[in-house]
Amino acid sequence: MPEYWDPLIERMPVDELKKVQEDRLKQLVRYVYDHSPFYRKRFDEAGISPGDIRSPEDVKKLPFTVKQDLRDTYPTGMFCVPQSQVVRYHASSGTTGKPTVVGYTQNDIKEWSTSLARGLTSIGVGRGDVVQVGYGYGLFTGGLGLHYGTEMVGACAIPTSSGNTERQIELMQDLGSTAIACTPSYFLHINEVAKNMGISLAKDTQLHCGIFGAEPWSEEMRRRIEEQTGIKAYDIFGTSEISGPLFTECTYQDGIHIWADQFLIEVVDPKTGEQLPDGERGELVVTTLVKEALPLIRYRLGDLTIIKNEPCKCGRTHPRIMRILGRTDDMIIVRGINVFPGQVEAVLMEIPEVAEHYQLIVEREGELDKLTVQVEVTGDVFSDKISDLMKLEKKVGKALHTVLNITGKVELVEPGTIPRSMGKAQRVIDKRKI
Amino acid sequence: MENKLIKQISIFAENKPGRLEEITGQLKSADINIRAFTIAEAGDFGVLRMVVDKPDRAHDVLHDAGFTVSETEVLGVEMSDSPGGLHEIASVLGANNINVDYAYAFATTTEKALLIIRVDDISNAIHILNRAGVGLIGIEDVK
Ligand SMILES: [Zn+2]
Repeated sequence: MPEYWDPLIERMPVDELKKVQEDRLKQLVRYVYDHSPFYRKRFDEAGISPGDIRSPEDVKKLPFTVKQDLRDTYPTGMFCVPQSQVVRYHASSGTTGKPTVVGYTQNDIKEWSTSLARGLTSIGVGRGDVVQVGYGYGLFTGGLGLHYGTEMVGACAIPTSSGNTERQIELMQDLGSTAIACTPSYFLHINEVAKNMGISLAKDTQLHCGIFGAEPWSEEMRRRIEEQTGIKAYDIFGTSEISGPLFTECTYQDGIHIWADQFLIEVVDPKTGEQLPDGERGELVVTTLVKEALPLIRYRLGDLTIIKNEPCKCGRTHPRIMRILGRTDDMIIVRGINVFPGQVEAVLMEIPEVAEHYQLIVEREGELDKLTVQVEVTGDVFSDKISDLMKLEKKVGKALHTVLNITGKVELVEPGTIPRSMGKAQRVIDKRKI
Repeated sequence: MENKLIKQISIFAENKPGRLEEITGQLKSADINIRAFTIAEAGDFGVLRMVVDKPDRAHDVLHDAGFTVSETEVLGVEMSDSPGGLHEIASVLGANNINVDYAYAFATTTEKALLIIRVDDISNAIHILNRAGVGLIGIEDVK
Protein backbone atom coordinates (compact mmCIF):
# COMPACT_ATOMS: atom_id res chain seq x y z
CA MET A 1 0.00 0.00 0.00
CA PRO A 2 1.60 3.31 -1.03
CA GLU A 3 1.91 5.84 1.71
CA TYR A 4 1.14 8.81 -0.52
CA TRP A 5 -0.87 9.18 -3.70
CA ASP A 6 1.37 11.98 -4.95
CA PRO A 7 4.38 12.25 -2.61
CA LEU A 8 5.97 15.16 -4.45
CA ILE A 9 2.96 17.37 -4.00
CA GLU A 10 1.74 16.08 -0.65
CA ARG A 11 5.15 16.58 0.96
CA MET A 12 6.14 19.69 -0.95
CA PRO A 13 8.05 22.19 1.21
CA VAL A 14 5.75 24.92 2.47
CA ASP A 15 7.51 27.77 0.61
CA GLU A 16 7.21 25.89 -2.68
CA LEU A 17 3.53 25.27 -1.99
CA LYS A 18 3.13 28.99 -1.38
CA LYS A 19 4.66 29.67 -4.78
CA VAL A 20 2.23 27.24 -6.41
CA GLN A 21 -0.64 29.00 -4.66
CA GLU A 22 0.64 32.38 -5.73
CA ASP A 23 0.85 31.41 -9.39
CA ARG A 24 -2.52 29.75 -9.37
CA LEU A 25 -4.29 32.54 -7.50
CA LYS A 26 -2.98 35.12 -9.96
CA GLN A 27 -4.12 32.96 -12.86
CA LEU A 28 -7.48 32.39 -11.21
CA VAL A 29 -8.40 36.03 -10.68
CA ARG A 30 -7.43 36.83 -14.25
CA TYR A 31 -9.44 33.81 -15.46
CA VAL A 32 -12.66 34.64 -13.59
CA TYR A 33 -12.39 38.32 -14.50
CA ASP A 34 -12.12 37.43 -18.17
CA HIS A 35 -14.70 34.63 -18.26
CA SER A 36 -17.45 35.56 -15.83
CA PRO A 37 -19.54 38.72 -16.02
CA PHE A 38 -20.55 37.99 -12.44
CA TYR A 39 -16.98 38.16 -11.12
CA ARG A 40 -16.02 41.05 -13.33
CA LYS A 41 -18.89 43.09 -11.87
CA ARG A 42 -17.99 42.02 -8.32
CA PHE A 43 -14.36 42.96 -8.74
CA ASP A 44 -15.20 46.27 -10.39
CA GLU A 45 -17.62 47.13 -7.60
CA ALA A 46 -14.95 46.34 -5.03
CA GLY A 47 -12.42 48.40 -6.97
CA ILE A 48 -10.16 45.39 -7.45
CA SER A 49 -8.38 44.45 -10.62
CA PRO A 50 -6.62 41.13 -11.22
CA GLY A 51 -3.28 42.93 -11.19
CA ASP A 52 -3.77 43.81 -7.50
CA ILE A 53 -3.31 40.19 -6.49
CA ARG A 54 0.40 39.40 -6.20
CA SER A 55 0.64 36.88 -3.37
CA PRO A 56 -1.58 34.36 -1.56
CA GLU A 57 -1.92 36.94 1.25
CA ASP A 58 -3.59 39.32 -1.17
CA VAL A 59 -6.59 37.02 -1.27
CA LYS A 60 -8.08 39.04 1.57
CA LYS A 61 -8.48 41.99 -0.79
CA LEU A 62 -11.00 39.99 -2.83
CA PRO A 63 -14.73 40.15 -2.19
CA PHE A 64 -16.48 37.15 -0.64
CA THR A 65 -18.94 34.91 -2.40
CA VAL A 66 -21.80 33.21 -0.58
CA LYS A 67 -24.48 30.64 -1.24
CA GLN A 68 -26.96 33.40 -2.02
CA ASP A 69 -24.82 34.36 -5.04
CA LEU A 70 -25.33 30.89 -6.46
CA ARG A 71 -29.06 31.21 -5.86
CA ASP A 72 -29.25 34.69 -7.37
CA THR A 73 -27.46 33.53 -10.51
CA TYR A 74 -29.39 30.28 -10.79
CA PRO A 75 -28.77 28.13 -12.68
CA THR A 76 -25.34 28.84 -14.19
CA GLY A 77 -24.76 32.59 -13.96
CA MET A 78 -21.46 32.18 -12.12
CA PHE A 79 -20.01 29.62 -14.52
CA CYS A 80 -16.81 30.50 -16.37
CA VAL A 81 -17.13 28.02 -19.23
CA PRO A 82 -19.76 27.49 -21.93
CA GLN A 83 -22.15 24.57 -21.54
CA SER A 84 -20.16 22.54 -24.10
CA GLN A 85 -17.29 22.30 -21.60
CA VAL A 86 -19.46 21.04 -18.75
CA VAL A 87 -19.51 17.27 -18.37
CA ARG A 88 -21.65 17.04 -15.26
CA TYR A 89 -24.12 18.98 -13.15
CA HIS A 90 -25.10 18.42 -9.56
CA ALA A 91 -27.82 20.37 -7.80
CA SER A 92 -28.91 21.01 -4.27
CA SER A 93 -32.46 20.19 -3.37
CA GLY A 94 -33.22 23.71 -2.31
CA THR A 95 -34.98 22.69 0.89
CA THR A 96 -33.69 25.82 2.61
CA GLY A 97 -34.11 28.20 -0.26
CA LYS A 98 -33.79 28.30 -4.02
CA PRO A 99 -31.82 25.37 -5.43
CA THR A 100 -28.23 25.78 -6.52
CA VAL A 101 -26.46 24.17 -9.45
CA VAL A 102 -22.80 23.25 -9.64
CA GLY A 103 -20.96 22.10 -12.78
CA TYR A 104 -17.72 20.40 -13.68
CA THR A 105 -15.41 20.23 -16.65
CA GLN A 106 -13.54 17.00 -17.35
CA ASN A 107 -10.58 18.46 -15.59
CA ASP A 108 -12.71 19.48 -12.59
CA ILE A 109 -13.82 15.86 -12.18
CA LYS A 110 -10.21 14.74 -12.40
CA GLU A 111 -9.04 17.25 -9.77
CA TRP A 112 -11.93 16.30 -7.50
CA SER A 113 -11.13 12.60 -7.76
CA THR A 114 -7.44 13.32 -7.24
CA SER A 115 -8.16 15.17 -4.02
CA LEU A 116 -10.07 12.16 -2.74
CA ALA A 117 -7.47 9.73 -4.05
CA ARG A 118 -4.88 11.48 -1.88
CA GLY A 119 -7.23 11.34 1.10
CA LEU A 120 -8.17 7.70 0.65
CA THR A 121 -4.53 6.74 0.28
CA SER A 122 -3.73 8.64 3.47
CA ILE A 123 -6.13 6.40 5.42
CA GLY A 124 -4.81 3.27 3.84
CA VAL A 125 -7.60 2.66 1.35
CA GLY A 126 -6.38 1.48 -2.04
CA ARG A 127 -6.21 -1.45 -4.41
CA GLY A 128 -7.78 -4.52 -2.84
CA ASP A 129 -10.18 -2.53 -0.71
CA VAL A 130 -13.91 -2.77 -1.20
CA VAL A 131 -15.58 0.55 -0.44
CA GLN A 132 -19.26 0.60 0.22
CA VAL A 133 -20.45 4.03 -0.83
CA GLY A 134 -23.45 4.74 1.35
CA TYR A 135 -23.76 8.39 0.44
CA GLY A 136 -26.65 9.29 -1.80
CA TYR A 137 -26.03 8.99 -5.53
CA GLY A 138 -27.78 11.42 -7.77
CA LEU A 139 -27.97 15.16 -7.58
CA PHE A 140 -26.17 15.05 -4.22
CA THR A 141 -22.40 15.03 -4.71
CA GLY A 142 -21.55 12.54 -1.95
CA GLY A 143 -22.11 9.25 -3.75
CA LEU A 144 -20.51 9.97 -7.11
CA GLY A 145 -17.67 11.90 -5.52
CA LEU A 146 -16.56 9.02 -3.32
CA HIS A 147 -17.22 6.63 -6.18
CA TYR A 148 -14.77 8.33 -8.53
CA GLY A 149 -12.15 8.72 -5.81
CA THR A 150 -12.45 5.05 -4.93
CA GLU A 151 -12.03 3.96 -8.52
CA MET A 152 -9.08 6.27 -9.01
CA VAL A 153 -7.08 4.59 -6.23
CA GLY A 154 -7.92 1.21 -7.71
CA ALA A 155 -10.23 0.14 -4.91
CA CYS A 156 -13.61 -1.37 -5.66
CA ALA A 157 -16.72 0.74 -5.15
CA ILE A 158 -20.12 -0.68 -4.24
CA PRO A 159 -22.63 2.05 -5.07
CA THR A 160 -25.18 1.13 -2.43
CA SER A 161 -26.30 4.71 -1.79
CA SER A 162 -28.19 5.10 1.49
CA GLY A 163 -31.21 3.19 2.64
CA ASN A 164 -32.23 -0.45 2.31
CA THR A 165 -30.07 -1.12 5.32
CA GLU A 166 -30.49 -4.89 5.65
CA ARG A 167 -29.44 -5.32 2.04
CA GLN A 168 -26.42 -3.10 2.73
CA ILE A 169 -25.38 -5.39 5.55
CA GLU A 170 -25.83 -8.50 3.39
CA LEU A 171 -23.68 -6.98 0.65
CA MET A 172 -21.13 -5.90 3.23
CA GLN A 173 -20.78 -9.54 4.26
CA ASP A 174 -21.09 -11.15 0.84
CA LEU A 175 -18.73 -8.82 -1.01
CA GLY A 176 -16.37 -8.31 1.90
CA SER A 177 -16.58 -4.53 2.23
CA THR A 178 -13.46 -3.24 3.98
CA ALA A 179 -14.53 0.40 4.11
CA ILE A 180 -17.76 2.30 4.19
CA ALA A 181 -18.50 5.93 3.40
CA CYS A 182 -21.70 7.46 4.78
CA THR A 183 -22.95 9.88 7.42
CA PRO A 184 -21.92 8.89 10.95
CA SER A 185 -25.56 8.75 12.01
CA TYR A 186 -26.40 6.38 9.19
CA PHE A 187 -23.50 4.16 10.19
CA LEU A 188 -24.90 4.02 13.73
CA HIS A 189 -28.18 2.96 12.23
CA ILE A 190 -26.45 0.25 10.19
CA ASN A 191 -24.77 -0.99 13.36
CA GLU A 192 -28.12 -1.09 15.14
CA VAL A 193 -29.81 -2.99 12.34
CA ALA A 194 -26.87 -5.41 12.11
CA LYS A 195 -27.16 -6.12 15.84
CA ASN A 196 -30.84 -6.89 15.42
CA MET A 197 -29.94 -9.26 12.60
CA GLY A 198 -27.51 -10.98 14.97
CA ILE A 199 -24.49 -9.66 13.07
CA SER A 200 -21.52 -8.03 14.74
CA LEU A 201 -19.81 -5.54 12.43
CA ALA A 202 -16.58 -6.17 14.35
CA LYS A 203 -16.63 -9.96 14.17
CA ASP A 204 -18.79 -10.90 11.23
CA THR A 205 -17.59 -8.44 8.59
CA GLN A 206 -14.24 -7.34 7.18
CA LEU A 207 -15.02 -3.69 7.67
CA HIS A 208 -12.05 -1.84 9.11
CA CYS A 209 -12.50 1.73 8.02
CA GLY A 210 -15.31 4.27 7.97
CA ILE A 211 -15.25 7.56 6.07
CA PHE A 212 -17.84 9.73 7.75
CA GLY A 213 -19.05 13.19 6.93
CA ALA A 214 -21.83 15.40 5.55
CA GLU A 215 -22.81 16.28 9.13
CA PRO A 216 -20.79 17.48 12.12
CA TRP A 217 -19.81 14.75 14.57
CA SER A 218 -17.72 14.85 17.68
CA GLU A 219 -14.50 13.22 18.81
CA GLU A 220 -16.51 11.42 21.49
CA MET A 221 -18.79 9.98 18.83
CA ARG A 222 -15.71 8.75 17.00
CA ARG A 223 -14.54 6.93 20.09
CA ARG A 224 -17.95 5.31 20.51
CA ILE A 225 -18.09 4.16 16.91
CA GLU A 226 -14.57 2.76 17.00
CA GLU A 227 -15.14 0.91 20.27
CA GLN A 228 -18.46 -0.57 19.25
CA THR A 229 -17.68 -1.60 15.71
CA GLY A 230 -13.93 -2.21 15.73
CA ILE A 231 -13.28 0.09 12.77
CA LYS A 232 -11.18 3.21 12.38
CA ALA A 233 -13.49 6.17 11.84
CA TYR A 234 -12.24 9.03 9.67
CA ASP A 235 -13.69 12.45 9.11
CA ILE A 236 -14.27 13.61 5.54
CA PHE A 237 -15.09 17.14 4.49
CA GLY A 238 -16.32 18.99 1.46
CA THR A 239 -19.48 20.55 0.12
CA SER A 240 -21.07 20.55 -3.29
CA GLU A 241 -20.18 24.20 -3.97
CA ILE A 242 -16.46 23.42 -3.86
CA SER A 243 -17.03 20.09 -5.71
CA GLY A 244 -18.31 17.63 -3.10
CA PRO A 245 -16.54 15.46 -0.52
CA LEU A 246 -12.89 16.34 -1.01
CA PHE A 247 -10.70 16.07 2.07
CA THR A 248 -10.08 13.50 4.76
CA GLU A 249 -7.99 13.02 7.83
CA CYS A 250 -4.93 10.80 7.62
CA THR A 251 -4.33 7.82 9.90
CA TYR A 252 -3.15 10.19 12.65
CA GLN A 253 -6.71 11.52 12.89
CA ASP A 254 -5.40 14.95 13.71
CA GLY A 255 -7.19 17.31 11.38
CA ILE A 256 -8.35 17.17 7.79
CA HIS A 257 -5.71 17.77 5.12
CA ILE A 258 -6.70 20.50 2.68
CA TRP A 259 -4.71 20.30 -0.54
CA ALA A 260 -3.12 23.71 -0.88
CA ASP A 261 -2.26 23.29 -4.55
CA GLN A 262 -6.00 23.03 -5.24
CA PHE A 263 -7.59 25.19 -2.58
CA LEU A 264 -6.64 28.29 -0.63
CA ILE A 265 -8.26 28.41 2.78
CA GLU A 266 -8.75 31.13 5.35
CA VAL A 267 -10.67 31.48 8.56
CA VAL A 268 -12.61 34.70 9.13
CA ASP A 269 -14.65 36.23 11.90
CA PRO A 270 -18.23 35.25 10.98
CA LYS A 271 -19.54 38.65 12.03
CA THR A 272 -16.98 41.09 10.65
CA GLY A 273 -15.44 39.00 7.86
CA GLU A 274 -11.96 39.91 9.15
CA GLN A 275 -9.34 37.29 8.40
CA LEU A 276 -8.25 35.53 11.60
CA PRO A 277 -4.73 34.31 12.41
CA ASP A 278 -3.96 30.57 12.38
CA GLY A 279 -5.18 28.76 15.44
CA GLU A 280 -8.19 30.99 15.91
CA ARG A 281 -11.63 29.63 15.48
CA GLY A 282 -13.78 31.14 12.78
CA GLU A 283 -15.69 30.57 9.60
CA LEU A 284 -13.96 28.64 6.85
CA VAL A 285 -13.50 30.49 3.57
CA VAL A 286 -12.31 28.64 0.47
CA THR A 287 -10.91 29.81 -2.83
CA THR A 288 -10.78 27.11 -5.49
CA LEU A 289 -7.45 27.39 -7.29
CA VAL A 290 -7.93 24.97 -10.15
CA LYS A 291 -11.65 24.69 -10.80
CA GLU A 292 -12.66 25.65 -14.33
CA ALA A 293 -16.44 25.45 -14.63
CA LEU A 294 -17.42 27.11 -11.39
CA PRO A 295 -14.44 28.65 -9.62
CA LEU A 296 -15.28 30.19 -6.29
CA ILE A 297 -13.48 33.15 -4.84
CA ARG A 298 -13.44 33.43 -1.06
CA TYR A 299 -16.54 31.32 -0.74
CA ARG A 300 -17.96 31.41 2.79
CA LEU A 301 -18.79 27.87 3.76
CA GLY A 302 -20.44 28.61 7.08
CA ASP A 303 -18.44 25.87 8.81
CA LEU A 304 -16.62 26.83 11.97
CA THR A 305 -13.11 25.51 12.35
CA ILE A 306 -9.49 26.23 13.19
CA ILE A 307 -6.63 26.11 10.68
CA LYS A 308 -3.38 24.43 11.63
CA ASN A 309 -0.43 25.10 9.36
CA GLU A 310 2.36 23.03 10.86
CA PRO A 311 3.15 19.86 8.89
CA CYS A 312 1.43 16.68 10.05
CA LYS A 313 3.19 13.66 11.57
CA CYS A 314 2.32 11.80 8.38
CA GLY A 315 4.75 14.02 6.46
CA ARG A 316 2.15 16.00 4.56
CA THR A 317 2.88 19.70 4.51
CA HIS A 318 -0.55 21.01 3.52
CA PRO A 319 -2.68 22.90 6.06
CA ARG A 320 -5.20 21.05 8.16
CA ILE A 321 -8.56 22.13 9.48
CA MET A 322 -9.46 20.86 12.91
CA ARG A 323 -12.70 18.94 13.26
CA ILE A 324 -15.60 21.07 12.06
CA LEU A 325 -17.20 22.38 15.22
CA GLY A 326 -20.51 23.20 13.68
CA ARG A 327 -21.96 25.55 11.16
CA THR A 328 -22.84 29.17 11.64
CA ASP A 329 -26.38 28.30 10.57
CA ASP A 330 -26.61 25.24 12.89
CA MET A 331 -26.09 27.36 15.93
CA ILE A 332 -29.11 27.72 18.12
CA ILE A 333 -29.52 30.45 20.65
CA VAL A 334 -31.21 29.27 23.79
CA ARG A 335 -31.94 32.01 26.28
CA GLY A 336 -29.16 34.10 24.81
CA ILE A 337 -26.55 31.35 24.94
CA ASN A 338 -25.02 30.08 21.71
CA VAL A 339 -25.31 26.33 21.48
CA PHE A 340 -23.85 24.12 18.78
CA PRO A 341 -25.35 20.65 18.50
CA GLY A 342 -21.81 19.30 18.25
CA GLN A 343 -20.95 20.64 21.70
CA VAL A 344 -24.01 18.99 23.17
CA GLU A 345 -23.04 15.76 21.46
CA ALA A 346 -19.57 15.93 22.96
CA VAL A 347 -21.08 16.29 26.43
CA LEU A 348 -23.60 13.50 25.94
CA MET A 349 -21.11 11.03 24.52
CA GLU A 350 -18.89 11.47 27.58
CA ILE A 351 -21.63 9.82 29.61
CA PRO A 352 -21.44 6.06 29.07
CA GLU A 353 -25.12 5.44 29.82
CA VAL A 354 -26.24 7.73 27.02
CA ALA A 355 -26.83 6.00 23.69
CA GLU A 356 -25.74 7.46 20.36
CA HIS A 357 -29.10 8.76 19.31
CA TYR A 358 -30.18 12.05 20.79
CA GLN A 359 -32.20 15.07 19.86
CA LEU A 360 -32.51 18.65 21.02
CA ILE A 361 -35.90 20.29 21.04
CA VAL A 362 -36.20 24.03 21.49
CA GLU A 363 -39.57 25.52 22.23
CA ARG A 364 -40.88 28.81 23.46
CA GLU A 365 -42.90 28.76 26.64
CA GLY A 366 -44.31 32.20 27.19
CA GLU A 367 -41.30 34.46 26.90
CA LEU A 368 -38.77 31.79 27.75
CA ASP A 369 -36.89 29.35 25.54
CA LYS A 370 -37.17 25.81 26.72
CA LEU A 371 -34.57 23.23 25.76
CA THR A 372 -35.32 19.55 25.99
CA VAL A 373 -32.63 16.96 25.42
CA GLN A 374 -33.99 13.56 24.55
CA VAL A 375 -31.74 10.56 25.05
CA GLU A 376 -32.62 6.95 24.48
CA VAL A 377 -32.44 4.35 27.21
CA THR A 378 -31.04 1.18 25.73
CA GLY A 379 -30.77 -2.38 27.02
CA ASP A 380 -27.09 -2.05 27.85
CA VAL A 381 -27.65 0.56 30.53
CA PHE A 382 -31.18 -0.08 31.66
CA SER A 383 -31.53 -0.45 35.39
CA ASP A 384 -35.02 -1.31 36.48
CA LYS A 385 -34.63 0.94 39.50
CA ILE A 386 -36.43 4.23 39.04
CA SER A 387 -33.85 5.95 41.21
CA ASP A 388 -31.04 4.94 38.82
CA LEU A 389 -32.95 6.33 35.86
CA MET A 390 -33.62 9.58 37.66
CA LYS A 391 -29.96 9.78 38.59
CA LEU A 392 -29.11 9.45 34.92
CA GLU A 393 -31.46 12.31 34.03
CA LYS A 394 -29.80 14.46 36.67
CA LYS A 395 -26.32 13.50 35.54
CA VAL A 396 -27.01 14.50 31.94
CA GLY A 397 -28.62 17.75 33.01
CA LYS A 398 -25.72 18.59 35.29
CA ALA A 399 -23.10 17.84 32.63
CA LEU A 400 -24.88 20.10 30.13
CA HIS A 401 -25.07 22.83 32.70
CA THR A 402 -21.45 22.51 33.77
CA VAL A 403 -19.95 22.37 30.31
CA LEU A 404 -22.28 24.57 28.27
CA ASN A 405 -23.94 26.62 30.96
CA ILE A 406 -27.37 25.78 29.62
CA THR A 407 -30.24 24.42 31.60
CA GLY A 408 -32.34 21.92 29.82
CA LYS A 409 -34.90 19.32 30.65
CA VAL A 410 -33.57 15.83 30.09
CA GLU A 411 -36.04 13.31 28.81
CA LEU A 412 -35.37 9.60 28.73
CA VAL A 413 -37.10 7.99 25.81
CA GLU A 414 -37.56 4.49 24.47
CA PRO A 415 -35.14 3.19 21.86
CA GLY A 416 -36.22 3.97 18.34
CA THR A 417 -38.15 7.06 19.44
CA ILE A 418 -35.66 9.45 17.90
CA PRO A 419 -35.97 9.27 14.11
CA ARG A 420 -33.13 7.45 12.35
CA SER A 421 -31.74 9.09 9.31
CA MET A 422 -30.37 7.66 6.09
CA GLY A 423 -28.56 10.91 5.38
CA LYS A 424 -27.96 13.89 7.59
CA ALA A 425 -29.36 13.43 11.07
CA GLN A 426 -31.73 16.07 12.32
CA ARG A 427 -30.34 16.70 15.78
CA VAL A 428 -32.19 19.91 16.50
CA ILE A 429 -35.89 20.56 16.30
CA ASP A 430 -36.48 24.23 16.72
CA LYS A 431 -40.18 24.68 17.21
CA ARG A 432 -39.79 28.40 17.77
CA LYS A 433 -39.49 28.98 14.05
CA ILE A 434 -42.64 27.16 13.14
CA MET B 1 -30.72 -21.32 46.16
CA GLU B 2 -30.90 -20.93 42.36
CA ASN B 3 -34.43 -22.26 42.23
CA LYS B 4 -35.59 -19.70 44.80
CA LEU B 5 -34.83 -16.83 42.46
CA ILE B 6 -37.51 -15.40 40.24
CA LYS B 7 -36.58 -13.70 37.02
CA GLN B 8 -38.62 -10.57 36.78
CA ILE B 9 -39.09 -8.80 33.48
CA SER B 10 -38.57 -5.02 33.63
CA ILE B 11 -39.47 -2.77 30.73
CA PHE B 12 -38.65 0.88 30.24
CA ALA B 13 -41.64 2.73 28.84
CA GLU B 14 -42.49 6.32 28.17
CA ASN B 15 -45.73 7.54 29.64
CA LYS B 16 -47.73 7.72 26.51
CA PRO B 17 -50.96 6.11 25.40
CA GLY B 18 -50.87 2.63 24.00
CA ARG B 19 -47.56 1.46 25.47
CA LEU B 20 -49.10 -0.98 27.94
CA GLU B 21 -51.40 -2.31 25.27
CA GLU B 22 -48.43 -2.85 22.96
CA ILE B 23 -46.50 -4.76 25.61
CA THR B 24 -49.36 -6.96 26.75
CA GLY B 25 -50.28 -7.60 23.12
CA GLN B 26 -46.78 -8.87 22.41
CA LEU B 27 -46.92 -11.19 25.41
CA LYS B 28 -50.35 -12.45 24.51
CA SER B 29 -49.32 -13.40 20.99
CA ALA B 30 -46.33 -15.25 22.43
CA ASP B 31 -48.68 -17.13 24.79
CA ILE B 32 -47.02 -15.77 27.89
CA ASN B 33 -49.00 -15.58 31.09
CA ILE B 34 -48.48 -12.59 33.36
CA ARG B 35 -48.60 -13.69 37.00
CA ALA B 36 -47.81 -10.42 38.71
CA PHE B 37 -47.53 -6.92 37.41
CA THR B 38 -46.78 -3.41 38.57
CA ILE B 39 -45.96 -0.03 37.07
CA ALA B 40 -43.61 2.38 38.76
CA GLU B 41 -43.76 5.79 37.24
CA ALA B 42 -41.58 8.83 37.41
CA GLY B 43 -42.80 11.76 35.40
CA ASP B 44 -42.30 11.18 31.71
CA PHE B 45 -41.33 7.57 31.95
CA GLY B 46 -42.06 4.48 33.93
CA VAL B 47 -40.81 0.99 34.54
CA LEU B 48 -43.14 -1.94 34.12
CA ARG B 49 -42.25 -4.95 36.19
CA MET B 50 -43.80 -8.34 35.85
CA VAL B 51 -43.48 -11.94 36.80
CA VAL B 52 -44.39 -14.23 33.93
CA ASP B 53 -44.44 -17.96 33.36
CA LYS B 54 -41.73 -17.88 30.63
CA PRO B 55 -39.37 -15.02 31.47
CA ASP B 56 -36.62 -15.76 28.92
CA ARG B 57 -39.14 -15.99 26.14
CA ALA B 58 -40.84 -12.79 27.29
CA HIS B 59 -37.49 -11.02 27.33
CA ASP B 60 -36.71 -12.08 23.77
CA VAL B 61 -40.13 -11.21 22.45
CA LEU B 62 -40.09 -7.73 23.95
CA HIS B 63 -36.48 -7.11 23.03
CA ASP B 64 -37.15 -8.05 19.42
CA ALA B 65 -40.14 -5.74 19.42
CA GLY B 66 -37.72 -2.92 20.19
CA PHE B 67 -38.34 -2.44 23.91
CA THR B 68 -35.66 -1.74 26.45
CA VAL B 69 -36.10 -4.76 28.65
CA SER B 70 -34.06 -6.48 31.31
CA GLU B 71 -34.32 -9.51 33.52
CA THR B 72 -33.87 -8.82 37.20
CA GLU B 73 -33.60 -11.39 39.96
CA VAL B 74 -36.19 -10.91 42.66
CA LEU B 75 -37.59 -12.96 45.51
CA GLY B 76 -41.11 -14.30 45.80
CA VAL B 77 -42.03 -14.26 49.46
CA GLU B 78 -45.04 -16.15 50.77
CA MET B 79 -47.17 -14.30 53.27
CA SER B 80 -50.41 -15.21 54.83
CA ASP B 81 -53.40 -13.58 53.15
CA SER B 82 -54.70 -12.16 56.42
CA PRO B 83 -54.23 -9.03 58.54
CA GLY B 84 -50.63 -8.61 59.56
CA GLY B 85 -49.27 -10.79 56.76
CA LEU B 86 -47.12 -8.08 55.20
CA HIS B 87 -46.13 -6.70 58.59
CA GLU B 88 -44.65 -10.02 59.57
CA ILE B 89 -42.36 -10.08 56.51
CA ALA B 90 -41.48 -6.41 56.86
CA SER B 91 -40.44 -7.00 60.47
CA VAL B 92 -38.06 -9.78 59.52
CA LEU B 93 -36.48 -7.68 56.80
CA GLY B 94 -36.31 -4.58 58.96
CA ALA B 95 -34.82 -6.34 61.95
CA ASN B 96 -32.06 -7.70 59.75
CA ASN B 97 -31.29 -4.45 57.99
CA ILE B 98 -32.29 -5.67 54.57
CA ASN B 99 -33.01 -2.78 52.28
CA VAL B 100 -35.88 -3.35 49.90
CA ASP B 101 -35.56 -1.47 46.59
CA TYR B 102 -39.17 -2.12 45.74
CA ALA B 103 -41.96 -4.57 46.45
CA TYR B 104 -45.34 -5.47 45.11
CA ALA B 105 -47.84 -8.11 46.05
CA PHE B 106 -50.42 -10.29 44.44
CA ALA B 107 -52.98 -12.71 45.78
CA THR B 108 -53.18 -16.31 44.68
CA THR B 109 -56.00 -18.85 44.78
CA THR B 110 -54.47 -20.39 47.90
CA GLU B 111 -54.54 -18.88 51.36
CA LYS B 112 -51.11 -17.41 50.74
CA ALA B 113 -50.42 -14.08 49.11
CA LEU B 114 -47.15 -13.42 47.32
CA LEU B 115 -44.83 -10.52 47.81
CA ILE B 116 -42.24 -9.81 45.13
CA ILE B 117 -39.22 -7.94 46.45
CA ARG B 118 -35.99 -6.70 45.01
CA VAL B 119 -33.12 -6.41 47.46
CA ASP B 120 -29.48 -5.51 46.95
CA ASP B 121 -27.99 -8.52 48.69
CA ILE B 122 -30.18 -11.30 47.47
CA SER B 123 -28.33 -14.29 48.93
CA ASN B 124 -28.21 -12.73 52.36
CA ALA B 125 -31.95 -12.04 52.15
CA ILE B 126 -32.68 -15.65 51.23
CA HIS B 127 -30.60 -16.82 54.16
CA ILE B 128 -32.40 -14.54 56.62
CA LEU B 129 -35.89 -15.30 55.34
CA ASN B 130 -35.18 -19.02 55.47
CA ARG B 131 -33.92 -18.72 59.03
CA ALA B 132 -37.09 -16.83 60.00
CA GLY B 133 -39.17 -19.62 58.52
CA VAL B 134 -40.61 -17.46 55.76
CA GLY B 135 -41.48 -19.43 52.64
CA LEU B 136 -40.00 -18.48 49.30
CA ILE B 137 -41.42 -19.58 46.04
CA GLY B 138 -39.22 -20.35 43.06
CA ILE B 139 -39.44 -20.08 39.36
CA GLU B 140 -41.24 -23.43 39.13
CA ASP B 141 -44.05 -22.11 41.28
CA VAL B 142 -44.99 -19.30 38.94
CA LYS B 143 -45.24 -21.47 35.86
ZN1 LIG C 1 -1.50 13.72 8.27
